[in-house]
Amino acid sequence: MSAIEVQNLTKRYEDVTAVNHINFEVKKGEIFGFLGPNGAGKTTTIRILTGLLKPDEGKAFVVGYDVAKNPIEAKQCIGVVPEVSNAYIDLTAWENLTLIGKLYGVPAQKLQENATKLLKEFGLYEVKDKLVRGFSKGMKQKLLLCMALVNDPEVLFLDEPTSGLDVESARLLREKITQFNRDGKTVFLSTHNMEEANQLCHRTAIINHGKIAAIDTPENLRAQSMELQYIEVLFDRNVNIQEISKHPSVSKASPAGNKVRIYTANPSDVIEFLADFAKQNGTRILSLNTMMPSLEDVFLKLIKEKEASPK
Amino acid sequence: MSQFAEQLKRSLAIAKKNIKIYYSKGPVIIFGLVFPLFLALAYVIGRNIALKEVLPGIIAMTTFFTATSVGPSIVPWETRSKTLERLLCCPIAFWAIILGDMLSSFLFGLVISAIPLLLTLAFNVELLNFAALSLGLVIANLCFSALSVLLSAYPPTDIPATSMMLSSLVKFPLVFISGVFIPVEQLPEWGRIVASFSPLTYFADLTRQFTLKIGFYPIAIDFLMILIFTVVFLFAAIKLHERTLAKRIS
Repeated sequence: MSAIEVQNLTKRYEDVTAVNHINFEVKKGEIFGFLGPNGAGKTTTIRILTGLLKPDEGKAFVVGYDVAKNPIEAKQCIGVVPEVSNAYIDLTAWENLTLIGKLYGVPAQKLQENATKLLKEFGLYEVKDKLVRGFSKGMKQKLLLCMALVNDPEVLFLDEPTSGLDVESARLLREKITQFNRDGKTVFLSTHNMEEANQLCHRTAIINHGKIAAIDTPENLRAQSMELQYIEVLFDRNVNIQEISKHPSVSKASPAGNKVRIYTANPSDVIEFLADFAKQNGTRILSLNTMMPSLEDVFLKLIKEKEASPK
Repeated sequence: MSQFAEQLKRSLAIAKKNIKIYYSKGPVIIFGLVFPLFLALAYVIGRNIALKEVLPGIIAMTTFFTATSVGPSIVPWETRSKTLERLLCCPIAFWAIILGDMLSSFLFGLVISAIPLLLTLAFNVELLNFAALSLGLVIANLCFSALSVLLSAYPPTDIPATSMMLSSLVKFPLVFISGVFIPVEQLPEWGRIVASFSPLTYFADLTRQFTLKIGFYPIAIDFLMILIFTVVFLFAAIKLHERTLAKRIS
């Protein structure tokens, strides 16, 4: 059984189709990344999967439960960290945690244990009796993750969990997500942060204009876009970049600081050419690096391709 | 534990949360405490009527205002702070959330309205009548708290003040047509017809029956009508909130 299964899912807001017949499956124990630009349909998809919205077409199953037909059973198995902090600011951290625990029907003794353990793990135990109103963004985000984990969920949904966080808090959150996943639990992570998706996710889906552009491992996605790999070369003096651009194996050359960035699907060919080019122009190569395309490059390429393709 | 009982338990968690958060909010204090107190004072001071005579009206009015003071603000407040989304992500049925809101409004009304109720003991009200009036007070608080949650359903605003203002537009006319200031039997025929559509009419009548031993409707009718209004208000509140929910979380 998959942890999440989405079949032909569609959601419309008046004349806008936010999610357009999407299909995907998230395996048990997987960290699944969901990437897309603003307005791509990420949050709408998460809202359907977490039972906040009803789809207009299609089906979504979480831990085998149809979220439209059995919302209570489906929600019982999940934890949610939403895009916007929504802990109760007029309650203390402890009260927020116990409220959520009670809404999940966690037995009192177990709830006490879970809440204490989580608050200690996230460094919030000392401030557990303070109102959330006075918490920093990082503390609020940690509390949201505690609230999402207090019921020991099977599947954890995270919508931009590290957005706007300081480096230390973001790293702690990523560590906790990885730790949660190591226990065999499933994570559905919506993020703008390509590096985060690259580091954390086993597989990644890219969504744009409500449609899935690609689903694969970050490595495979990058491999599919080898023309996006590039060479960064530093000469000892300024060179004519247009001359480099003319080479048939070079798809694009542009300055990148004091270096020249050369995009190519055939790096070895270009390196040979650059050696000849340096000799002919009486210049020396001070450094040369071959770079694989980043997930961000792949993401932008896929988004552009989708936008260029006829609808 | 059956699913229904488990959901009721989760309703209580919602009610407890509301008590902690909303009882101390300004609009609740103003509409739930200050307002009924000053209305009661205005009703008593300078009028040449014995306190026992005005006590039924004060009980009815206090119950009505206090029980309807918390409900209208909860859902708009939760919409604004996005905590409504947090609740909707949890495995709690929507009716259980609404019931929790209603319970918190009910408890606020019950505690405050118990004060004028206890005053009746100073006027030699028979214990049996006092017990019956107490039961009526509990049911009336349920009814008015259900009404208060219904009043926050439309329009689906996220501004508590808007909801409070609109609910006042409904609440004030109801006080004047419900036999609180002028008993139903003294109203003209058209006034009696209009009064029969208000749940407060039956509770005001009930308080007069048990304290002054005069009333317009049979006691059973008073109880029955308050119960019917309670069920109708609660059902309507759940359905109307369900209908406007998508607008609140969009």
